[in-house]
Amino acid sequence: MSVRTLEVDGKTITALEGETIFSAAWDSGIRIPRLCHLGGLSDYGGCRLCLVEVEGQKKLQPACLTKVAEDMVVRTNTAALQAHRKLIVELLFAERNHVCAVCVVNGACELQDLAARLGVDHIRLKPQYPKLTMDLTHERFALDHNRCILCTRCVRVCDEVEGAHTWDVAGRGRNSHIISDLGDPWGESASCTSCGKCVQVCPTGALFLKGKTVAEMRKNRGFLQYIVTAREKKLWIA
Amino acid sequence: MTAEVLHHTRHAEQDRQSRLKNRILCCSVAGCLSAGAEGVREAIQNETDHPETEVCRTGCMGLCSRGPLVRSSANDVVYTDVTPRDARAIAHGEPIEGRMLRPDHPFYAGQRRLILANSGYADPERIGDYIALGGYQSLLCALAEMKPEEIVGEVKKSRLRGRGGAGYPAGLKWELVARHPSSTKYVICNADEGDPGAFMNRSVLEGDPHRVLEGMAIAGRAVGAQQGYIYARGESPLAIERIRTAIAQARREGLLGSRILDSSFQFEIDLRIGAGAYVCGEETALIASIEGKRGQPVPRPPYPPESGLWGQPTLINNVETFANISTIIEQGGEWFASIGAPASPGTKVFALAGRIVRTGLVEVPIGTSLRTILFDLGGGVPEGYQFKAAQTGGPAGGCIPAQYLDLPMDYDSLTRIGTMMGSGGLIVMDTSSCMVDVARFFMEFCRDESCGKCIPCRAGTVQMHEILARMTRGEGVEGDFKMLEELSGLLKEASLCGLGLAAPNPVLSTLRHFREEYEEHIREHRCPAGHCHMGAAQ
Repeated sequence: MSVRTLEVDGKTITALEGETIFSAAWDSGIRIPRLCHLGGLSDYGGCRLCLVEVEGQKKLQPACLTKVAEDMVVRTNTAALQAHRKLIVELLFAERNHVCAVCVVNGACELQDLAARLGVDHIRLKPQYPKLTMDLTHERFALDHNRCILCTRCVRVCDEVEGAHTWDVAGRGRNSHIISDLGDPWGESASCTSCGKCVQVCPTGALFLKGKTVAEMRKNRGFLQYIVTAREKKLWIA
Repeated sequence: MTAEVLHHTRHAEQDRQSRLKNRILCCSVAGCLSAGAEGVREAIQNETDHPETEVCRTGCMGLCSRGPLVRSSANDVVYTDVTPRDARAIAHGEPIEGRMLRPDHPFYAGQRRLILANSGYADPERIGDYIALGGYQSLLCALAEMKPEEIVGEVKKSRLRGRGGAGYPAGLKWELVARHPSSTKYVICNADEGDPGAFMNRSVLEGDPHRVLEGMAIAGRAVGAQQGYIYARGESPLAIERIRTAIAQARREGLLGSRILDSSFQFEIDLRIGAGAYVCGEETALIASIEGKRGQPVPRPPYPPESGLWGQPTLINNVETFANISTIIEQGGEWFASIGAPASPGTKVFALAGRIVRTGLVEVPIGTSLRTILFDLGGGVPEGYQFKAAQTGGPAGGCIPAQYLDLPMDYDSLTRIGTMMGSGGLIVMDTSSCMVDVARFFMEFCRDESCGKCIPCRAGTVQMHEILARMTRGEGVEGDFKMLEELSGLLKEASLCGLGLAAPNPVLSTLRHFREEYEEHIREHRCPAGHCHMGAAQ
């Protein structure tokens, strides 16, 4: 596999052919913000936070989906990109009911971290305060639609890693929401294996372990690396 | 069917029709049908006792606001506002004062009908009618006399641009698919027309479905595909029925299937019906929908010509694009390129709607001025009203104010003033229309039709609609302009697909041409058009 050299934020870095800008930048210590991308899962391109400027391209390119090329010049943190990212985070906070003070993942939430990192200290948009429900029918886990940002990590990990495809998205636009099976309560899902992978990959407090209270829920994604690496290297017989 | 049989069918049908004394063609597409065209047709049929007079259905004759329309071939007039009581007069070829349109009527004289050439002359449910008017001759020519690369060459020479809205050169797209080494390729006809007030594609499919099938088959031959799909809207049941009938007829006659017209070419067309999501008109969402997945777009690249339906190279074009193909093959690419504007040749069908005397369907050379279309063909705005703006391009387009009435209607001129050609919807507004409310209406449409995949579009349209709705209630504040512009910028630059990218267009174009109206809403809490109710603010 050949190597590509490119410039990201003025820094010359190398990457493997076929690698994405996001992963090449990550390996060089450049952290491009993202919420839907998660190493080991397929890429979705929905959160638009990892959009970067690529010289010679008129449109902004999603770093998680754009492959590196020789002599590519990438800027990941211009003023315009920062403004876009701030507004995207504001849109997310205004969309549903993200109340950190009473959230199980307070202090360990990717959305919260991102807001802090981007300097989003207030929301200029009108909060929508939708009336949303929680699904507490599962024995060990819970789903709180109020905190969901529709990144679909749960959908992808369940389908691609666990192989159950319990989760999917129903509804359109602002009415989109995560469902288990065909809209059945999670606890009655015939396909769910209760593995808990969805809970661990969820960036916010939308999926959590029952019994955790405010600021107690911490997510552990170590498993993903082991499973995906083992699968790639065929370390077990399928 | 072999070439000889096609030839024979054509001449036999032409002979049969020429022996008729009169052929009475009743419009039978959605507009006239809802005005009672079927009852009219039956009444005329009952009045017709002469064996040499035939009464049949036909495609859209354009002047939908005066429907039902009936054409009489004997005196070459189109009767308007026909009721069953007129049946006797029409059946006997008698004039009806004040309700007859001749070909020299301004509505027809300014048109150039290539795509709609058969509408008004052929029965959409009879393949023989299409063949009699030269149908499937282009397919025969493409199969018997042309190499696939010559077909692509002709389309390139025609400089035909995709009629779905963006105007991408069709020939380049065809070439990309044709050059791809894969042995499995697909041709898709995008008939998911969803712009409010637009009914061009639907009328073409209802009025002349074989033209689209022929265009697709030629495309299949050119790019090396053996399977085509038509993705139609579930909301147009008649179009679906006519496509089904046409596909069945073409199969029966051996114009689809294997060994078409005695050649080695094999091509099938199947119909897929959408469930009513506007976003499924976006090519990657449409492909996902055909594959049975949730109809939401996926990031491009890869573009469909490289990896489309089931990961195979796929040619996807609009109904109107395919409807142009048989003419291009028949008359040659150079001939086609000489019509219309040099950078965007050919004709374009526009659907005239809103505050205009003659609403309906017109086909004009691209580059015709808006004034000609609206005032010469469309008859202008009704008396007592004053023209304010014309909306083109649907929810992705913008408003054209009166000062641009002489603008040529072509892809590039429209983009330059902040709107777009789109698929051809043309909504006329008079001074009683409030531009802020127009922007709010289209934003509501985009909000409801956003698939929800990417955040800028899913949540941004909600917020933009919120601000616009607040303005129309008289509750706008100074900061709203800045926020609208900021959100528009985000949507335009960060959205995943065309729906989100274009959603701010109606806002930006009205802000550009009618900024003072917005200012009046915010500062004076007053709607200059007198449209918005500002009760809350007072």
